[in-house]
Amino acid sequence: MKRITIEPVTRIEGHAKITIQLDDSGKVTDTQFQVTQVRGFEKFTEGRPFYEMPGITSRICGICPISHQLASAKACDAIMAVRIPRTAQVLREVVHCGQFVQSHALSFFYLSAPDFLLGMDSDPATRNVVGVIEANPELARAGIELRKFGLQVIEGLCEERVHPSWVVPGGVKTPMTVQFRDRILAGLPQAMATTEKTLGIFKGVLDNFQEEISNFGSAPSMYAGLVDRSGSLQMYDGLLRFRNGAGEIVQDGITADRYADFIGEATVRNSYLKAPFFRPKGYSQGSYRVGPLARLNVADAVGTPRANAELLLFRQRFGRMAHSAFLYHYARLIEVIYALECLKILLLDPDVLDTHVRATAGVNATEGVGIIEAPRGTLIHHYKVDDNGAIVWANLIVATGHNNRAIGDSVRQVSEHFIHGDHLEEGMLNRVSAVVRAYDPCLSCSTHAIGAPALEISLLDAGGKVLDCLRS
Amino acid sequence: MRKPKLATVWMDGCSGCHMSLLDIDAAIIPLARKVDIVYGPLVDAQEFPDDVDVTLLEGAISTQEDVDKLQQIRQRTKLLVSLGDCAVTGNVAGMRNMVPVNKLLQRIYVEGADENRCIPGEGLPPLAKLARPAQDFVKVDVCLPGCPPASKVIAGFLNNVLDGRKLEANTKIKFG
Repeated sequence: MKRITIEPVTRIEGHAKITIQLDDSGKVTDTQFQVTQVRGFEKFTEGRPFYEMPGITSRICGICPISHQLASAKACDAIMAVRIPRTAQVLREVVHCGQFVQSHALSFFYLSAPDFLLGMDSDPATRNVVGVIEANPELARAGIELRKFGLQVIEGLCEERVHPSWVVPGGVKTPMTVQFRDRILAGLPQAMATTEKTLGIFKGVLDNFQEEISNFGSAPSMYAGLVDRSGSLQMYDGLLRFRNGAGEIVQDGITADRYADFIGEATVRNSYLKAPFFRPKGYSQGSYRVGPLARLNVADAVGTPRANAELLLFRQRFGRMAHSAFLYHYARLIEVIYALECLKILLLDPDVLDTHVRATAGVNATEGVGIIEAPRGTLIHHYKVDDNGAIVWANLIVATGHNNRAIGDSVRQVSEHFIHGDHLEEGMLNRVSAVVRAYDPCLSCSTHAIGAPALEISLLDAGGKVLDCLRS
Repeated sequence: MRKPKLATVWMDGCSGCHMSLLDIDAAIIPLARKVDIVYGPLVDAQEFPDDVDVTLLEGAISTQEDVDKLQQIRQRTKLLVSLGDCAVTGNVAGMRNMVPVNKLLQRIYVEGADENRCIPGEGLPPLAKLARPAQDFVKVDVCLPGCPPASKVIAGFLNNVLDGRKLEANTKIKFG
């Protein structure tokens, strides 16, 4: 029996550990995807005033702090029992679009592009963003600029890029200035051109990854995501829908306050990341996926013209339900187009410069739930407070949690396909890491590395003799 | 002349400090020409190398494994930098310190679960009683506070170090 450990999985947002077990003939018999850290936000926030929650929970994740702030603020809106001013909602959606652009650009250009552009088997010493800068400076620079554009939306409204304090219970802190609006509008065409060009390049290299597309978590699964009342993609304020692998809607129209009727959580003995499941099907049958690919599968359409045109092309090529986790990358680019189109619509909204952007109220309900689509998938914040507004109970279900079991299953599929025999190649293991990368997990929401040697992979025979060892 | 080696490490933090480093935007291109990024979440290096010139450490120290890793990093690094408030003071990572570890785990994995209610442990590093700052364990050469430190602060610091200039605190540095 042999065991391979990949730790940490590199170029992901957080830390994970993968263990691959092989039998004597070199066949993969078991794999584990483990998340090795817990931070305890649900417990240590007890006793804090509810209005501190957007600021505290922002610190769950430095990559998508806005997502946590928005889900948290929506839960707080519910506790205050207010309907926030329309302009406040528009402004929250603007900053959310900025978040999608920057987060997806980070995943695509900084983390995964080295695999597409330099190759899964390329030298690990240069298979990173610096290597991309060397190999394709124009594209690298375009990616850096696209991420920057998304962050400028955030920075321009919130004053800071990471952990700002602009999204507040009841709305947002300050209105939009005309200068900001015009600056972002002026930058949109370039951002769109970059995204469409990148999508073109990505479509062009897709044929080189047939084997990955076929074996990267390609089994049909259930999917979840928010849609609007007409069934179109929604990021900020929709209703939760579940669709099965065959494309049938299994549950529709779930409002935030009813999430717990449909989503249960299971503890996993060997991971600090819990595994949510679709409650009506039970834990064993209730696995589902969220995030960009899931959202495109769940929605009937995308409500903006360019992104919808791309969705139709995507469906022509991969079917109405696309299952390969490799296609998360593709879906991510379509969503950037969508976010840029939405930005334009939002910025041209006649109310966008209105100065009524915050509702004030005290505690008018002792419970509140906020759900949004974060870049990585459905994000749920659920709080209970006492009459003074102190948190007495909090539950957070983060996007990557929903995908926990799917990532584990995908790791197993990739391992079984690409790893065999008594000889190890680095590229085999990079593919195992790459399937995790495809999900763009935000493990910093719940994880961090343990301190053993970063990566040491050994193939041992039944007597414990090292057959092969990879280390660098 | 060999380029200086830069490592970045992510302990018990949220990655916001790493994002603030990336927020130097296109300035990463000239930076990447000046240094070799030899280890960190952005590159595929597989073990913390010897003779690292500068290590930026994000996050608090929360498990015994973190401590072991920190000590190895200290041995192999010339200039160790605590990057951000969690590394400098414990900050948000340390907010759990007022709750006993077993109560924290009980709340999340037993009370907070519908299935398999148990405290995970198989192959996982046990949480230390406290999440603590790096300087509780090793000598830290430079502290760059902030939640996160501003990208200008990080870039200014790196450029000063790489160009051999004297390090000075500047007014952009602040906690929170």
